[in-house]
Amino acid sequence: MIRTTALTKRYGRVTAVDDLHLHVREGDRYGFLGPNGSGKTTTVRMLLGLVLPTSGSVELFGERFQRDALVEVGALVEGPAFSAHLSGRDNLRLSDAAGPGGARATRRQRVEDVLEQVGLAGVDRRPVKAYSLGMRQRLGLASALLRKPRLLVLDEPTNGLDPQGIREVRDLLLQLNRDGTTVFLSSHLLSEVEALCTRIAVVDRGRLVLQDDLSAFQALTGLVEVRTPFAHRAATLLGERVDDLRSDGLLLVRHDDPAALNAELVGAGIPVTALHAQRRTLEAAVLSATGAGSDRVAAEPAAKPAA
Amino acid sequence: MIGVELRKLVRRPRTWMSIGLLALLPTIVAMFLAVRDVAPRPGTGPAFLSAVLDNGALFPAAALAIVLPLFLPIAVAVVAGDAIAGDAQDGTLRYLLIRPVGRTRLIVAKMIAVGAYTMLAVVVVAAVAYVVGTQLFGSAPLPSVSGTELSTTSATLRTVLTVLYVGWSMLGVAAVALFLSTLTDSPLAAALGAIALLITSGVLVALEAAAPVQPYLPTRYWLAFVDLFRDPVLTRDLLRGTALQAVYILVFLSAAWANFTTKDITS
Repeated sequence: MIRTTALTKRYGRVTAVDDLHLHVREGDRYGFLGPNGSGKTTTVRMLLGLVLPTSGSVELFGERFQRDALVEVGALVEGPAFSAHLSGRDNLRLSDAAGPGGARATRRQRVEDVLEQVGLAGVDRRPVKAYSLGMRQRLGLASALLRKPRLLVLDEPTNGLDPQGIREVRDLLLQLNRDGTTVFLSSHLLSEVEALCTRIAVVDRGRLVLQDDLSAFQALTGLVEVRTPFAHRAATLLGERVDDLRSDGLLLVRHDDPAALNAELVGAGIPVTALHAQRRTLEAAVLSATGAGSDRVAAEPAAKPAA
Repeated sequence: MIGVELRKLVRRPRTWMSIGLLALLPTIVAMFLAVRDVAPRPGTGPAFLSAVLDNGALFPAAALAIVLPLFLPIAVAVVAGDAIAGDAQDGTLRYLLIRPVGRTRLIVAKMIAVGAYTMLAVVVVAAVAYVVGTQLFGSAPLPSVSGTELSTTSATLRTVLTVLYVGWSMLGVAAVALFLSTLTDSPLAAALGAIALLITSGVLVALEAAAPVQPYLPTRYWLAFVDLFRDPVLTRDLLRGTALQAVYILVFLSAAWANFTTKDITS
């Protein structure tokens, strides 16, 4: 659906996006993760033709980027934006009328459909300036859905939503994805990406540092976490196989088969209160691959005076 | 897209507020003249105003002369300066472009909407002034500035040409402001830039030392529409003014298009 080749954007001496190779397959729920200032938004803008790449190329739906292909893309970039003095419905109608691909006769129905989808069906004639942040976010999503897009490109779509709203948006995206829409989600929120996405790319300072299926990030570590009131007795029993005994009583055991380990402990008269195979977390993978957030500005080390 | 931009223009309270205020200013002037019955001495104050007391039919031209130096160009500069920069500031520009609306298409639609606003403002000012003028001062056969009498048809034609000439001059302002609007994400900066240019031009037009550049200054021939009421019409400055504004319009609209179709939209 999306493929970028050596995508690069320089602003003067600053390289915002550096040699990016992304590959989003049809049906993916693709998480584009990175700290603030890592070039996510610039990348999203290049995917949508708002910012022109310095070098490299973008392919949409298997063809070199053309503006007309955007008819099949719905997008939310850096927050929703509307004419504040018009109502949500009027904004959607104008937005629908502005672009190609929407027959006038069915416009009213399309607008009602997308409002229904995002949970704003009952919205009244108040102007958008009276909307809450969450309502604007939903309206932005509604606008993105007007053309029943094959691809959704969303930049921080749950910004400003309460937990209930975040859940609803996630459910909506899962539903759309089940119906065949590919979702590209750009976010700095690890939990959001982890909860929704099947495939994840991590950028840091404009460079791609990781790109893989979520399951690969969450591989088994080969350790089993065991909790028992008798951690020391258990550690003594297991001997060499113990990897670590944490001060909070968590026992880490190198073992392939949690069930067999459980049987062994219980057989030795040691009650087990909790036991499960440890997985790598996405957070650990991301943190090890990225440096400090690039909005953090550290002082340059003082230059040594010339000898 | 042109329809969408025109609809936005018509539904915007600002459009009608500004045009209302533009029409109000000459009306206030007319009321003072009617109540006090004291006309400015010939040769002082805005063009035609001294003659208006005797003949209300001259008031549209007088009204345009009243709003022309400052009020009208500022209103036009604000609306045209807002065209692209306003959408950029609201964030709606990026959503229009990914709808997708072609950039050329969008800027042409903006040009047409701005042109429609400009002409609408000029026509409303003239129309309101005609009604106010003929009601307050009555109408009589129009005397020309040269002293001869003009037929009603000829007078009407001259008033229509005045409206077109002033409108054309304002389109020059609109083109400059629209170009600046593609340069910045701040509608205020675009409007201010255009106004700054007009003020500079106004100062230089009045400065004898600047005589060599005066024929190229945008405000130089603005008041040439007075020549339409001479008999016969003195066309020299009118034609120069029309041609000069055509150059401004062409150059700045081309620059606006060239800049907008190749720039990174980071708003």
